[in-house]
Amino acid sequence: MDYLNYLRQDKMPHIWCDGCGHGIILKSILRVVDQLGWEKNNIALVSGIGCSGRTPGYVDFNTLHTTHGRAISFATGLKLANPKLHVIVVSGDGDATAIGGNHFIHAARRNLDINLIVFNNNIYGMTGGQCSPTTKTTKKATTTPYGNPDSAFDISKLAEAAGASYVARSTTYHVAKLDKYIKDSFLTKGFSVVEAYSSCPTSYGKMNKETGKTGLQMLMYQKDNTVPLQKAQKMTQAQLEGKFITGVFVEKDKPDYTENYAKVIQTAKQQ
Amino acid sequence: MIIPNKNIKMMQGNIACAEAALAAGCNFFAGYPITPSSEIAEVLSKKLPIIGGNFIQMEDEIAAMGAVIGASLGGAKSLTATSGPGFSLKQENIGFAIMAETPTVIVNVQRGGPSTGLPTLSAQADVMQSRWGTHGDHSIIVICPSSVEETYYMTIKAFNLSEKYRTPVILLTDEIIGHLTEKIEIPDSSKLEIINRIKPDMNQKEYLPYKITDSLVPPMANFGEGYRYHVTGLAHDETGFPTNDPEKTTEMLMRLYNKIEKHRDDIVEVEEYNTDDMDTLIIAYGSTSRSAKRAIVNATKEGYKVGLLSLKTIWPFAEKEIENMAKKVDRIIVPEMNLGQIAHEVEWATRRAKPIIKINHINGEPITPNEILAYIKQGK
Repeated sequence: MDYLNYLRQDKMPHIWCDGCGHGIILKSILRVVDQLGWEKNNIALVSGIGCSGRTPGYVDFNTLHTTHGRAISFATGLKLANPKLHVIVVSGDGDATAIGGNHFIHAARRNLDINLIVFNNNIYGMTGGQCSPTTKTTKKATTTPYGNPDSAFDISKLAEAAGASYVARSTTYHVAKLDKYIKDSFLTKGFSVVEAYSSCPTSYGKMNKETGKTGLQMLMYQKDNTVPLQKAQKMTQAQLEGKFITGVFVEKDKPDYTENYAKVIQTAKQQ
Repeated sequence: MIIPNKNIKMMQGNIACAEAALAAGCNFFAGYPITPSSEIAEVLSKKLPIIGGNFIQMEDEIAAMGAVIGASLGGAKSLTATSGPGFSLKQENIGFAIMAETPTVIVNVQRGGPSTGLPTLSAQADVMQSRWGTHGDHSIIVICPSSVEETYYMTIKAFNLSEKYRTPVILLTDEIIGHLTEKIEIPDSSKLEIINRIKPDMNQKEYLPYKITDSLVPPMANFGEGYRYHVTGLAHDETGFPTNDPEKTTEMLMRLYNKIEKHRDDIVEVEEYNTDDMDTLIIAYGSTSRSAKRAIVNATKEGYKVGLLSLKTIWPFAEKEIENMAKKVDRIIVPEMNLGQIAHEVEWATRRAKPIIKINHINGEPITPNEILAYIKQGK
């Protein structure tokens, strides 16, 4: 495939730092779009604020860069107004689960056919490396210089508990799986979440040495610390400490919001 | 024999707003429950599905504002309704709608504040929030009905102005008007003027979503119509992509400002009552202008010469109309259910050329005709 067919080449170079994982996720999304043969005119890519938020600017779709944390709410209106659009939301860990946490869980509950891809790099990159809801306890950020006293969210578990139709997690090292999960999520009816572990060498890597400082080192850290779900189920909590558990957490065929609302329309018209 | 006119009804202000939205072509509502605006959502939850439109109750006020903007980009005519606390929450995304030039209508049925304030009682204290609630410099259209029938016509006007100028429009009503039930004649839908956004007619490569045109309002393509463009809340150039260029930023922000300010004669609406022979002018809006009118009727019977300038458009401000009218009188009375938010604007518009008497309530109690009458009588 020709990636350039999907990119706004005049908007290059992009703003992502050397070694950032976000470009890997974007390529994965574009490969899936190409495989599915979706028309560019029928795709809307919606984002919030942050490094992930800049993704729509680079792709030749209908693109919408909204306010911080609110991308899913804009996407909800857009999808309902034009159900023919494939609506993809890209969001960061802070965007999706801190400021946008309420929209995230309610979108999962509502189960409207929107595909969310969370670029999880455990930090606020755009603003210079502050602690996020997925920065683990004791880890360092510019706002946790003595180590993070907070606990981290497990984004996939959050999506599962809130009712999403499809939930999976991969990393920017495990790209084949990332492609598969994104593809399956796009083909699932209802709200889907793919959590893509990304890496931020500029901020997270610099402050938390164990992951390595360069993009390559951080990728190798993902490789060495990933545990597939099936294997993880046989391991103890202590053994799983600091590991990335990847795999498909939810894959359900259940009525989505549009289907339920069609029934509302039917009932209303009969009365 | 009297033939009953089926178009004449007794109707509540909030219900008239919902009915008018449908008449204006609204096919999308997103909201969050809040007193005293909830009837608007309730009526539309019943009626929108019948026409195949979308009603959605969102998880919060912020999401409701996001959803109406998203729906507008998808081609819908969208509406949300709220009151003070919810209006505060919507402000960030109202700024986005201004910046991204997405038409939508926001109804604020005002109640007492600050904070939770007086949820079931009326106020007019969001005049400045409606002007400056979102951050950054901008212009905005805010219109304000003073009856149930006006609520109907002004809801349609709000949709028309939002489509015409590609901008969010705020319908600033209040608890008294929202919950008032009175006579209304519903117009024949064929007699209503309905304005829809101008669509691009060029090919995709030539389309500039934020082009500086003579009208200052560039055509708007809906997502999915083949014009793949970029929408952002960042400062952007004609293409819609972000820019930090000082010249382009100024050009864009001034166009957003001027597309409203330079068309103020098309937007600003005031109503005069009894202004031919007067020495006292009352400037009022919303429910308070009803009390003012009654006070004037009573005062006229007693020989006082009082006129009314009722503001139908709050922003842009009717400074020209007020300045002209002020020349004809020797004092101005401004009754309002706040501590003088419009009175200060009147002082500025008239350069304090005439004494301005303020009548202010902030306790949820309406300003009565007798109260205004007492002020008319003072010093005369």
